[in-house]
Amino acid sequence: MKNKETLIEKMHWLTFGPISIYEPWCKGCGICVEFCPKDVLILGEDGKLVVRDVHSCTECGLCEIRCPDFAIVIEE
Amino acid sequence: MGRLLKYLRLDKFPTVWCAGCGVGIVMGCIIRVVDKLKVNPDKVVIVSGIGCSGRMPGYLDFNTLHTTHGRALVFATGLKLAKPSLEIIVVMGDGDALAIGGNHLIHAARRNVNLTSIIINNWIYGMTGGQYSPATPRGAFATTAPYGNLEPPFEVPELVRGSGASYVARGTVYHTRQLDRLIERGMRKEGFGLVEVLSPCPVGFGRRNQMKSAIAMMRWQKDRAVSLKRASKMNEEELKDKIITGVLFEREAPEYTQEYERLMSRVKTRKEIGKREIQTGLGEIHEE
Amino acid sequence: MEKPALISGNEAVAYGALAAGVRFFAGYPITPSSEIAETLSELLPRMGGKFVQMEDELASMGAIVGASLAGVNSMTATSGPGFSLMQENIGFAFMTEVPCVIVNVQRGGPSTGLPTKPSQGDVMQTRWGTHGGCNTIALCPWSVRETFDLTIDCVNLANRYRLPVVLLLDEVIAHMREKVVLPSFGGVKKVQRKKPTCLPQEYLPYEITEDDIPPMADFGEGYRYHVTGLTHDPTGFPTSNAKEIDQLVRRLYGKIERYRDEITRIEEEYLADAQILVFAYGSVSRSAISAVKEARARGIKAGLLRPVSIWPFPDKHISRLADQLKAIIVAEMNLGQMIGEVRRASCERVKILGVTRVDGELITPDEILTAIQEVS
Repeated sequence: MKNKETLIEKMHWLTFGPISIYEPWCKGCGICVEFCPKDVLILGEDGKLVVRDVHSCTECGLCEIRCPDFAIVIEE
Repeated sequence: MGRLLKYLRLDKFPTVWCAGCGVGIVMGCIIRVVDKLKVNPDKVVIVSGIGCSGRMPGYLDFNTLHTTHGRALVFATGLKLAKPSLEIIVVMGDGDALAIGGNHLIHAARRNVNLTSIIINNWIYGMTGGQYSPATPRGAFATTAPYGNLEPPFEVPELVRGSGASYVARGTVYHTRQLDRLIERGMRKEGFGLVEVLSPCPVGFGRRNQMKSAIAMMRWQKDRAVSLKRASKMNEEELKDKIITGVLFEREAPEYTQEYERLMSRVKTRKEIGKREIQTGLGEIHEE
Repeated sequence: MEKPALISGNEAVAYGALAAGVRFFAGYPITPSSEIAETLSELLPRMGGKFVQMEDELASMGAIVGASLAGVNSMTATSGPGFSLMQENIGFAFMTEVPCVIVNVQRGGPSTGLPTKPSQGDVMQTRWGTHGGCNTIALCPWSVRETFDLTIDCVNLANRYRLPVVLLLDEVIAHMREKVVLPSFGGVKKVQRKKPTCLPQEYLPYEITEDDIPPMADFGEGYRYHVTGLTHDPTGFPTSNAKEIDQLVRRLYGKIERYRDEITRIEEEYLADAQILVFAYGSVSRSAISAVKEARARGIKAGLLRPVSIWPFPDKHISRLADQLKAIIVAEMNLGQMIGEVRRASCERVKILGVTRVDGELITPDEILTAIQEVS
């Protein structure tokens, strides 16, 4: 694939503390919201993922690994 | 940003799958394991058949092969035999692997070729609109079972174990970390390994069966899945309606490609020239 | 080397395959092709190749496509019932442009038919067997020695044009033993696949090239690419763009048309002044040449045209001859498959008569001679 680095650079990730979200890939399934042990995430009005309370995040990473769409990254 | 993004074909995203489809979660497991095991991506091959799971290879930046319906394992067998240095992961759906590909599944397991295969079992034919599959539970509704499914489903781990596989495991996409471990162990295992993954299809299955969302379906997984260890302490009544997960079976058995390599070195060094060599001068090629 | 040997057509296939560099065979037992698998199961491991007996012909065909993607020349062999099962993945190989060779030793049909008797009933299936409108190359030998040569040609054609290529035998050729002198295997011409020379990140596996044949990388050598039986664009990924689909399908089909003259091969006997042409292929052409010679002895100007490449069909040759001839006799062990092609290519400008048999018995020289006398 061509210019993977360029493609990665072009992605506009929204970062909130350890949580980064790539909205264009979020399909709003709500899995991350439902199974977050600390209720850090909610679905916004547009049906997409929103960080509600970044301070409660324990960086467990469950949202990242359960996201079917690779739309969440928890920075290590 | 995201050290795993390098394994993805980013320009192909977002994926074709419905919101909440579990195939993407399994895809995440695969790249985490490849990353953890530090396998050279040039050596990784992802082979799939047809259906929703069949579309996974297209998103992964490895050597990727999207074959015909049910046939992923036979293409993988050819690839592995021809080039044993390849690390091959075969991704199939339940209809794909168990119905049209059922014969290939049991024979790949029996032959014990070193492949890691994953059946993403969502109990339904998703891509074609929700027809019942050989994994659909009895009584469940599907577009071709409007009065409830009459057929019993396969017990997949038993089927594959009985066929001769070296490694059989079952997990769910809800239990994602466990699934990582199950796939990792399958990749480390010499021989045919199978991981059955229960995965939600909210659109094709859930809607018709009182589980309208992926969340409801994953909740079901959370409630029903019991690890082998925990299950060993439960009685029959407690285990009713439960799904046992974990490494269900493992054994040491001769692996086909290695056996074949041994055969090759054995017959190559044979001193006598066979009748055929004399007839045709094959000895000459043999010398090359 | 170059000592005479007494071998069967099926053995000749196996030796030809090895000489051409085939190092992977996957197959399923079926009469009358099994000796090919048996011979290769013995010889491949001695020569660094792999043999595997699969669970059915669907699997055999899939396995050889897989092995070929790893860069290994691959082959399978079967007969009619198995050939039917292979159609699915033959189409896949055509769509994905994976070189491989399928040997079909024809036996009597339809269905299970006549396992131990010859037929030529799969000629049209070879051309049209797989869904969606593929094009094909198929070669058809008439002797054991030619079987050896054409097996090599099939491997080379597959590599040259990136296609599944069919070697179409019949039971007589497969089981007949003849004294042959095989060439030095080292001297056999081997066509290598066109490989990419660009950097992996620039590689387009289905690039539109000047020669219509995209370079092919092996899995595992650094060019990580995608292969799918879906309609795909030059990058190899699925497309539903009408223009890209049109371009792909026309190129796949067209690459045989474009190189038609290069691929098409016939053999002719006594054609220069012939008024009556016998068109025959495979074992039937052996009876045909006897009949032609006998007719000549009786003063009838007969000649033989034997298509070596049965697909593509030798349209030009037939068309050119149509005006010079009084009649064409098409002799074949089916109820008239090639005769339709002869009619089409000649635009029926000449009288055409069929000699057919479907009872598992050979067409005799006498039957063909009778037809020659009838039209002369």
